[in-house]
Amino acid sequence: MVESLRFRDATLAKQVAGKIHKLASKKGVIKICHVCGTHEWTITHFGLRSLLPTNLEVIAGPGCPVCIVPASEIDEAIQLALKDIAIVCFGDILRVSGSKKSLLDVKAEGADVRVVYSVNDAVEMAEKESHKDFVFFAIGFETTAPSTAVEVVEQPPKNLGFLVSHRLIPPAMKLLVEMKDLNLSGFIAPGHVSTIIGLKPYEIFPRHYRMPTVVAGFEPLDVLFGVYMILKQLSEGKPSLENEYVRAVHSEGNVKARVLMREVFEVVDGNWRGLGKVPSSTLKLRGKYTNYDARLRYGVKVDGGVDIRPGCKCHLVIVGKIKPTECPLFMKACTPQKPLGPCMVSMEGTCQIWAKASELI
Amino acid sequence: MVIAMCLAIPAKVLDIKGDRAQVDFGGGISRDVNITLVDAKVGDYILVHAGYAIQVLSEKEARETLLLWNEILEAADA
Repeated sequence: MVESLRFRDATLAKQVAGKIHKLASKKGVIKICHVCGTHEWTITHFGLRSLLPTNLEVIAGPGCPVCIVPASEIDEAIQLALKDIAIVCFGDILRVSGSKKSLLDVKAEGADVRVVYSVNDAVEMAEKESHKDFVFFAIGFETTAPSTAVEVVEQPPKNLGFLVSHRLIPPAMKLLVEMKDLNLSGFIAPGHVSTIIGLKPYEIFPRHYRMPTVVAGFEPLDVLFGVYMILKQLSEGKPSLENEYVRAVHSEGNVKARVLMREVFEVVDGNWRGLGKVPSSTLKLRGKYTNYDARLRYGVKVDGGVDIRPGCKCHLVIVGKIKPTECPLFMKACTPQKPLGPCMVSMEGTCQIWAKASELI
Repeated sequence: MVIAMCLAIPAKVLDIKGDRAQVDFGGGISRDVNITLVDAKVGDYILVHAGYAIQVLSEKEARETLLLWNEILEAADA
């Protein structure tokens, strides 16, 4: 299917860039925010910013699910690991620092920390090693939370617990749109999160905040047409919600996944690294599943947590207030090989994406 | 296999056994994924995230996207 389609056609890209320039020339400063690490990768890797007019800025919001996990929750995972429990996690979170250490640090000191591709791997490990306690560190946005829900609802082995740290994207977008100093003109909504949640959760942005919002896919042309659609709405003065990624996103989302998420999780307030407390943005296991809640099962208790190390500007990069290159540590004291902040640790962090792209030039 | 948290990769369904499917990511990479969350059949393209299919991709709508893009580009007013 992919070969026969023209999702990366350079001629089309130049044509749509021309349209973007024409519309933007009638406007002052335009600031469009996306909230997905994969969008940032597409934009940076394909050099899309170089095609855009100088008065149009595309900024990266808190779209890296690893970067926004607060230090306190990594501290919780570390505390569990030190209790001789095997921590099972995605690879990206391994090197992200908690208040003092990362999971990789405690692994190097002998703790049992295992990297997997999927929550299902954690279930299989717990089945095979029934004498040992396992905890799956369940991070990720709405794209990932349904897979945790699939396994929890199927009543996995009792020696497997869940440290749930899933976060929801629309409440963070609400926080961004209300930051007056950010002064956003429009949102590119995240395509893969939207395959699950559908379009409805974004309706508030054009309706209440008059913020053009376009769900876009991840090919370079998807992003460019997303930008064009936002500019068109701005020029017509009619902010609305549009879906550019119709081949994957249906307006109702993935109903099966949403039903499962609602069955397993309730929504509570939660802290995000770089953003602080975001109301109604975090998932927690519902009462009937609390026997799988690792925090309750093992009596996990941690204090506040240190999210941002001295000198690190990740809290400003995460909300798009500065570019990675505006951080004095970028590619000096903080590199992909020796990252200081979470935005440089994760492959979906804005700093690492910018660092890797600069290596290509 | 890239493990990125908000990345989802398209793959073609080769075979289905219960809630598991063998899928082809292209480039010689195939693996077993969970399809509980979607109604997929052999031959469909699905989006896979962290070992779970999260949506079935529509070829019809992919083609419609290209038509829409062409319409936008051909429109004289913008």
